[in-house]
Amino acid sequence: MRVFIEGIGLVGPGLENWPAARAVLAGAAAYEPAPVRLQPVTLLPPAERRRSGMTVKLAIATGVEALAQAGRDAIDMPMVFAASGGDGDTLHETLATLATEQREVSPTKFHNSVHNAPSGYWAVATGSRVPSVSLSAFDASFSAGLLEAAVQATVHDHPVTLIAYDVPYPEPLQAIRPMAAMVGVALVLTPHRTDRAFAALAIAMADATSDATQMADAELERLRLGNPAARALPLLAAIARADSAIIHLDGIVLAVSPV
Amino acid sequence: MQPLLVSQFSIVSSIGAGQAATLASLRAGTSGLRPGALETVSLPTYTGAVEGLADFRLPDAFAAFDCRNNRLAEMALRQDGFADAVATAVARYGARRIGLFLGTSTSGSLHAELAYQARDPVTGALPETFDYERTHNIASLMRYLSERLGITGPSFVVSCACASTAKTFGSAARMIEAGLCDAAIVGGADSLCLTTLYGFHSLSLNAPGPCRPFDAARDGISIGEAAGFALLEKPPAHADSEAVMLLGVGESNDAYHMSSPHPEGIGARLAMERALAAAGLAPRDIDYINLHGTATLVGDAAEDIAVSTVFGGDTPCSSTKGQTGHTLGAAGIVEAIVSALAIRHGLLPGSPNTETVDPSFHSRYQIASEPARVDSVLSNSFGFGGSNCSLIFGKQR
Repeated sequence: MRVFIEGIGLVGPGLENWPAARAVLAGAAAYEPAPVRLQPVTLLPPAERRRSGMTVKLAIATGVEALAQAGRDAIDMPMVFAASGGDGDTLHETLATLATEQREVSPTKFHNSVHNAPSGYWAVATGSRVPSVSLSAFDASFSAGLLEAAVQATVHDHPVTLIAYDVPYPEPLQAIRPMAAMVGVALVLTPHRTDRAFAALAIAMADATSDATQMADAELERLRLGNPAARALPLLAAIARADSAIIHLDGIVLAVSPV
Repeated sequence: MQPLLVSQFSIVSSIGAGQAATLASLRAGTSGLRPGALETVSLPTYTGAVEGLADFRLPDAFAAFDCRNNRLAEMALRQDGFADAVATAVARYGARRIGLFLGTSTSGSLHAELAYQARDPVTGALPETFDYERTHNIASLMRYLSERLGITGPSFVVSCACASTAKTFGSAARMIEAGLCDAAIVGGADSLCLTTLYGFHSLSLNAPGPCRPFDAARDGISIGEAAGFALLEKPPAHADSEAVMLLGVGESNDAYHMSSPHPEGIGARLAMERALAAAGLAPRDIDYINLHGTATLVGDAAEDIAVSTVFGGDTPCSSTKGQTGHTLGAAGIVEAIVSALAIRHGLLPGSPNTETVDPSFHSRYQIASEPARVDSVLSNSFGFGGSNCSLIFGKQR
């Protein structure tokens, strides 16, 4: 299965966006971890921006960056949202409320608690009625999302955008599900080579025994292991280097090449 | 799309465990809805709870996965020879050539709610016995079935609120068409938890009595729980003429609101039209529609508009949620199996708690179940976030 990449969105600690992170991922500049600075999500109307949780804002900011680079409109863009878990603050507040006598859950918190909240807000913000899917495969969520997105692009012969994202949980959840920092990765995939395509991906199922490709930089490797969306970093590094490489992710193997 | 054979399916809900009990309840119009909910819940509502979950045990080797949701899943695996059918498929195709596309909306939420009640009063820490990955995380169901059944093909959990398990059919169909697997297990589980009981209460959407879909006096949902699975395979060259096939999948987004459906049912209409297009069928080819029909005021009205716009007013339709309750993320697989039973056994399911269909509605609502030849069924599932999915099942054409 072969797809092409037309756009990338990237948000992470010390990785402000794809153009800014490219040199770091290519190994041409030093990686300097820094708190994540999320751009204001102007795509969301003010009321929705107030109501939405951090996963929604992260996913939308990441997706907007990728679509802008690809020069594609969201209105007819099928979407795949991949995340290990839901919005941590919403989850913690809901669980804490349900542990009290009154159990008075807020209606907004309740609808924000669904795994597909970013997809719902994305559709409201963009007006897009084309299909989207929200999925999880725990730490393998990026691979699972990439597989689903590439299969959709191939079977439906249409571009598809993947947004993978995960945000650290507050305590006491962080202690049992530690996460390093928030990370969002978005890819605009097309089934055919276009003028805007800059990388090709041949995707196959990996042998059960193959180990995932690691990052050369120790801090970036820590980040890769510290957030399920950051499992995409070896793929992004290969694209940043603009060379051909074989990249192993969870359960899949990618032959990456520049076009 | 390329039709797929539904070669085996299994179900557990409040109306029974297994196909035979489910079919008998559908024929008789019995309801699994009872007053009350989980032990500590005092909300004035009815729920469709599955009996025997409190004492149910997972196989010893899988004790770390123990939570209400995985117990429900295990119960369904044991019905109708499903686990055996999977073992046969593994022998035939190989474990790596079978996909696992499951759905849930709340996964092991009750387990996390209980863990929060048992936090350390001083440090706030969760009990050390709480296994987040194997019980509460959205993907716990995937890991459980993957280890329990020995499946190593492409795997993930779809979580799109109440459209979750319906959408697993779409992912499976695409993966098989793309050649990444030869067969797939779809479906999933959703179990009662405080989050949904109090969450729907906060939206004033829980009915005080058993829910009455499409009734003029409908006043909200009854939450249920269920698990169900289906094994999908490429059809053999000479399929049994009675075999049930997945013929079409249609998906859409409302792009309207997080928890209210589009009032004119635009997203619902798009999902049905896309399913018909994928199946290469016209509306007149559908013999029965299993509605989403949760019995909310706006949801049923929007679906009636969508259904009557696409189908006119002649196609028999009903919601079976008055029997099973709204099983949330599991509704898609439950109603896919209701659809398969309707086709295989010649049945138009009814809607036992519904007395007077809303006079402003235009679709042909089926209150009492009746025997009928049913060759093709469209089943609707719609969820929060405006996520919609319609499935079409039918006999080989």
